[in-house]
Amino acid sequence: MAITQLSAFLENTSGTLCDALTTLTEAGVNIRALSVADTKDFGILRIIVSDIEKTKAALSNDTLVKETPVIAVKMNDKTGALKEVLSIFKAEKINVEYVYAFTGSAQGDAYVVLRVDELEKAETILAQNNIKTLNDSDITDYLK
Amino acid sequence: MKRYYQPEVETASYEEIRQIQNEKIVKQVRYVYENVPYYRNLMEKKGVTPDDIKSVDDIKKLPFLSKDDLREAYPYGLLGTDLKNCVRIQSTSGTTGKRVVAFYTQKDIDMWEECCARAIVAAGGTEEDVVQVCYGYGLFTGGPGLNGGSHKVGCLTLPMSSGNTDRQIQFMMDLQSTILCCTPSYAAYIGESLAEQGYKPEDNKLKAGIFGAEPWTEEMRQEIEKSLGIKAYDIYGLTETSGPGVAFECEEQTGMHINEDHFYAEVIDPKTGEVLPDGEKGELVFTSLDKEGFPLLRYRTKDICILSRKKCSCGRTHVKMTKPLGRSDDMMIIRGVNVFPSQIEAVLLKEGYPPNYQIVVDRVNNSDTFDIYVECTPAMFSDIIADMQAKEKKLNLAMRSMLGIGPKIHLVAPKTIARSEGKAVRVIDKRKLH
Repeated sequence: MAITQLSAFLENTSGTLCDALTTLTEAGVNIRALSVADTKDFGILRIIVSDIEKTKAALSNDTLVKETPVIAVKMNDKTGALKEVLSIFKAEKINVEYVYAFTGSAQGDAYVVLRVDELEKAETILAQNNIKTLNDSDITDYLK
Repeated sequence: MKRYYQPEVETASYEEIRQIQNEKIVKQVRYVYENVPYYRNLMEKKGVTPDDIKSVDDIKKLPFLSKDDLREAYPYGLLGTDLKNCVRIQSTSGTTGKRVVAFYTQKDIDMWEECCARAIVAAGGTEEDVVQVCYGYGLFTGGPGLNGGSHKVGCLTLPMSSGNTDRQIQFMMDLQSTILCCTPSYAAYIGESLAEQGYKPEDNKLKAGIFGAEPWTEEMRQEIEKSLGIKAYDIYGLTETSGPGVAFECEEQTGMHINEDHFYAEVIDPKTGEVLPDGEKGELVFTSLDKEGFPLLRYRTKDICILSRKKCSCGRTHVKMTKPLGRSDDMMIIRGVNVFPSQIEAVLLKEGYPPNYQIVVDRVNNSDTFDIYVECTPAMFSDIIADMQAKEKKLNLAMRSMLGIGPKIHLVAPKTIARSEGKAVRVIDKRKLH
């Protein structure tokens, strides 16, 4: 099961990230996970949030926002856990575009967000290997 | 097949054309002097009277008219006859302030349409043809001009106007259009749309296209010719002089014949106003020779071009102009290369970018920097950096192939490029060259 990630186009100048987060704060949105990819001119803010619609409504006035399905894998916070997942993708020649991690509130839980080129295939393979992935309601419920 | 719409004029000898022009200019100058106080004032300031104008060689004595004059005289200040004698108004888009409005008597309309008819016949048009006009109809001169020209030739005319590409394609296929008239970018778009719908170039009945109203390159011509399976002809004109059809391309495709029996063309040095000999690059200036509603003497088009009297294989004798090579008011020289913002805009549009951009030129360590800022669109935005960078790279290469030098491309957030009076400031030249 995939979850919805929002990405926002931010210019790489001082204060743009702060401004975007201020907008989200004012909208009462909680960010579960976040990563920023940047070039000299611009950055892409990627976030997993408590309320997708509210976030889009808050940001979309002047900001380019895009939804992307990504895979969030729950794993034990121990050595080699991520490697196991990546080995499966490697064997199936599934390309990982980018990856970032966040921790759960319960001790010992870790989550990794993966953007892959072949989403459906990746989901099937993970299911076959009994690896649990999150869906949007997991994220929403978790943050209630 | 008829090769010329008005062969007696289109293939007249140089001397015959000169004689027509000389007779007309004497009358036109007197007409303007007597009917247009605004221009009479300009003539008086320069100490010129109608008696001083005995042939087209004397045109250089006349004062210039510029777009500023047209704005100042808006709306009726350059009108050449009573409004009751006029039957039509056409207008420019007016992106830099007040619109330009031009007035036409029925005779003016007939002359304009005959010029367009010459262009259609030069593109192979006969009464057997179905002409699909997808220039805009209305105040814009494109639709009405080609529509009228098509009627004059006796073609079956499809007055489609612009937009609704699916309907354009349906009519084109069902009613077997043979000549397409629109902007070159729209022709390219129709070509792409046809391919997307699974049509091959040979599936349509088109044989020719008459494309104008915006700058386009030789590369674009080849692309359009290939995608539609046609021969693509350029056409030139401006609302101030009448509309499209002031000049048009023939089968030789090496420049556009100016309809010299109606419009006298000069190329001048835009800085000094001095008339340049044929073959030299300068600003194109038009003098109407037989207009009634909106006669303009020595109107500076700001279009830079070259005139040529080289013999043309099509048999037409009228002087040819190159495609506008830019404007006299906005050319930049960057690292020794001439760059026109219009070229940059053409590349952006061709590459699917919005026309919201800013060009910044600076000089750092005695070397020019050249940056283009483009507003990112939802279609361009990706969550993957590499995709975005690939787009920047592709645009850089397209710019390099068009301009000869590669700018640095910067994608910026929507609505961030400064606008003044609703229009973006296109060029910021930080170099102090003058």
